[in-house]
Amino acid sequence: MATTLKINGEQKTVDVPADMPLLWVLRDVLGLTGTKFGCGIAQCGACTVHIDGKPVRSCVLPASAVRDRPITTIEGVGATDAGAKVQKAWLDLEVIQCGYCQSGQIMSAAALLASTPNPDDSDIDAAMAGNICRCGTYVRIRAAIKQAAGRRS
Amino acid sequence: MSARPSRRDFLASTLASSLLLAFHLPVRAANEPVQPPDDTAGKFAPNAFIRIDGAGKTTLVMPQVEMGQGIYTAVAMILAEELDADLAQVTLQHAPPNDKLYANPTFGIQVTGNSNSVRAFWTPLREAGARARAMLMQAAAQHWQAEADQCKAANGWITHESSGRKLGYGELAEAASKVTPPQQVPLKDPKNFTLIGKPLKRFDTPDKTSGKAVYGIDAMLPGMKFATVAACPVFGGKVGHVDDARAKKIPGVQKVVVLDDMVAVVGDHMWAAKRGLDALAITWDEGKNAKVNSADIWDDLRRASEKDGVVAKSVGDIAKGLATGDRVDAAYELPLLAHATLEPQNCTVHFKGDSCEVWTGSQILPRVQSFAAAAAGLPIDKVTANNHLIGGGFGRRLEADMVASAVRVAKQVDGPVKVVWTREEDIQHDIYRPAYRDTISASLSGGRIVGWKYRVTGSSVIARWLPPAFQNGIDIDAVDSAIDMPYDIPNFHVEYVRAEPPVPTGFWRGVGPNNNVFAIESFMDELARKAGKDPIAFRRDMLGKTPRLRAALDLVAEKSDWGKPLPARVGRGVCAQPSFGSFIATVVEAEVDGQGQVTLRRVTSAVDTGIAVNPDTIAAQLQGGLIFGLTAALYGEITIDKGRVQQSNFNDYRMLRIDEVPPIEVHVIKSGEAPGGIGETGTTAGPPALRNAIYAATGVALRRLPVDRDLIRAEKKS
Repeated sequence: MATTLKINGEQKTVDVPADMPLLWVLRDVLGLTGTKFGCGIAQCGACTVHIDGKPVRSCVLPASAVRDRPITTIEGVGATDAGAKVQKAWLDLEVIQCGYCQSGQIMSAAALLASTPNPDDSDIDAAMAGNICRCGTYVRIRAAIKQAAGRRS
Repeated sequence: MSARPSRRDFLASTLASSLLLAFHLPVRAANEPVQPPDDTAGKFAPNAFIRIDGAGKTTLVMPQVEMGQGIYTAVAMILAEELDADLAQVTLQHAPPNDKLYANPTFGIQVTGNSNSVRAFWTPLREAGARARAMLMQAAAQHWQAEADQCKAANGWITHESSGRKLGYGELAEAASKVTPPQQVPLKDPKNFTLIGKPLKRFDTPDKTSGKAVYGIDAMLPGMKFATVAACPVFGGKVGHVDDARAKKIPGVQKVVVLDDMVAVVGDHMWAAKRGLDALAITWDEGKNAKVNSADIWDDLRRASEKDGVVAKSVGDIAKGLATGDRVDAAYELPLLAHATLEPQNCTVHFKGDSCEVWTGSQILPRVQSFAAAAAGLPIDKVTANNHLIGGGFGRRLEADMVASAVRVAKQVDGPVKVVWTREEDIQHDIYRPAYRDTISASLSGGRIVGWKYRVTGSSVIARWLPPAFQNGIDIDAVDSAIDMPYDIPNFHVEYVRAEPPVPTGFWRGVGPNNNVFAIESFMDELARKAGKDPIAFRRDMLGKTPRLRAALDLVAEKSDWGKPLPARVGRGVCAQPSFGSFIATVVEAEVDGQGQVTLRRVTSAVDTGIAVNPDTIAAQLQGGLIFGLTAALYGEITIDKGRVQQSNFNDYRMLRIDEVPPIEVHVIKSGEAPGGIGETGTTAGPPALRNAIYAATGVALRRLPVDRDLIRAEKKS
């Protein structure tokens, strides 16, 4: 069925099954491969995107359920204030190792900062515990979020 | 004393010979054609690693793969240091499969593993850079009709010192190509390094921050289809019957491919493929492993561990040593583990009948090419293998099974197809970290160890993966850190018993030292308690021959506040290890509640890894490695029932998350020694340090991983 999505400010019309998760529409139909597949059951957070600025796991969200709400992916998050700050802090503190989870980490962190500009450790725990990093970059993720919020870690 | 070499000695002396190239699996004779190297036309290409074009653009070809460990940056730093390149002009390129040009000097084949990239390539890369610089300098000297020793290289320029004239590397590229490479080149004095030792920013992270980085799973080709697979859930089983009537009605499903041991569904996208696979009714011919279960695997392993093993090292008189003083015996057990790389296994294939091209991320690209060729039924030179950034290797991508199966599927598909495993398939058809049972007997006299008999029992990964390296019945990896003992013990004896479970086993981050360091360092704490000594003091007194480890231990004691009072139910545990050529001491501080639940409070490591090429990467690798090891210690176990893996996804194969991870401090000790390995060291250090922290907090001597909360609750003494 034809579905029109607003992704990173652009309208895209795709013809996909109604139950097809947004993840696969982004990756396999639109070629936006920055959003990653990790588990398929909303356990790892690698597929995190923003709908209306809120973080969602795109592997379990049918594209048809998004309707006309704006979608932001890792390819577009740098255009937001929080996203740009997070990306800069990620590079300043050299957070990333293999990087496969980091699109999702950055999306979760950007959503956190947009809603909670000065998060404390428990805010970070609550917002980021859904994102697995198999390389174990958590110590630097925490520090980078604090730096992006304008605080020393 | 027997003259058995350590793994490092063995690999360095033996694997460097080309003999082994003819034996590794699958067989590729040394004279068979391989994929040609990259295009070097019109460029100064003095060796396999450096290409400089007329504009000065410098391409560095990466012999080792980037899977998060920062090796692209380290390799580039080492090459650029001796080349005196302008980093702003440098771009990096994955090496093509070519065992001749890009062999890891330690293994003799093109492979990334065993934390040895910097160790193995340190001198060859420095020489490659220095030789290229000498040729550029010679070309400049000829141009100026001067002597090369009147010229100086810096930042992509050669300067004639007395006249101040300058020529850029691009301008010199053509002339340098005609210079005869010098036999001997001087290497820089480390005190003159301008890059090595600096915490440089990584080359690979900007694209990983913006979503532009391309992993194997991101390969996209025009007209590509998507597939996912289900192998027989029982290891070694076959497909019986497949009813695909429902699957074929799923929108987007294009084809059902039935192979002898697995079924694939091909569709317009992964969703169609996955739904199609779920809709298949498959009956399996489960075969001889249909009744395999974990209890039997452990019974077999324990029985095997009662047998005498092959002697891997023996010093002094072990019978006399064990008969002296107070004797202590213990057995330590480590479970099967999955790798759970966050990028699931995948491979994209375009099979064209008379040729085949594959796209994946691999730690062993020549094996990707040869496995693809074998599966395609084509000669190796008809297969092109493209490597990518790797979304987690950890040893899983030292295997090429996912390539072979993808090619078998692709042979039945017109056009390119991307085969992606579901997470469930990835966990249930891994090649698992072997289960080990390590038994140690020791005797104590005067507060010191006078006899130490250590038997390692487990599957041999080396025997399958690199058969020529499996000699005299000894798996040199499984006993690597068992024979490389840092403590002074006069009567010392190590044996290995090979015991193969009916489950495929492979390398897993930390490899053999994982089991050795866990057993040794857990037992050291039990011996310290028996001797009535502080765990660090007990170790320190026996580190006379390993001063670098003793220094790391002293530093970690200071930085971790060792000996300072702690609240009730909190303990500190230590681990000291010389593994992978680095000397690391780690203290974990953990709290154990009344229910046996364990909370990590703080981790401190001190590391002497020799010259730290990029100190920031050293710290990052240790932090990450510690979390990898602590994850396994707290949660990791693959169990088998009815021949099937019982875990399936991150809900039942758990990972540490950010809310469970404490502050982790890493202190890098300045050193002028040759570089050591780092990527796997934290993984080895974390579990025994945690286990010893629990021992300190509760008095419960855990001898098995993962941590058994019920056992702690039942046996807790405080």
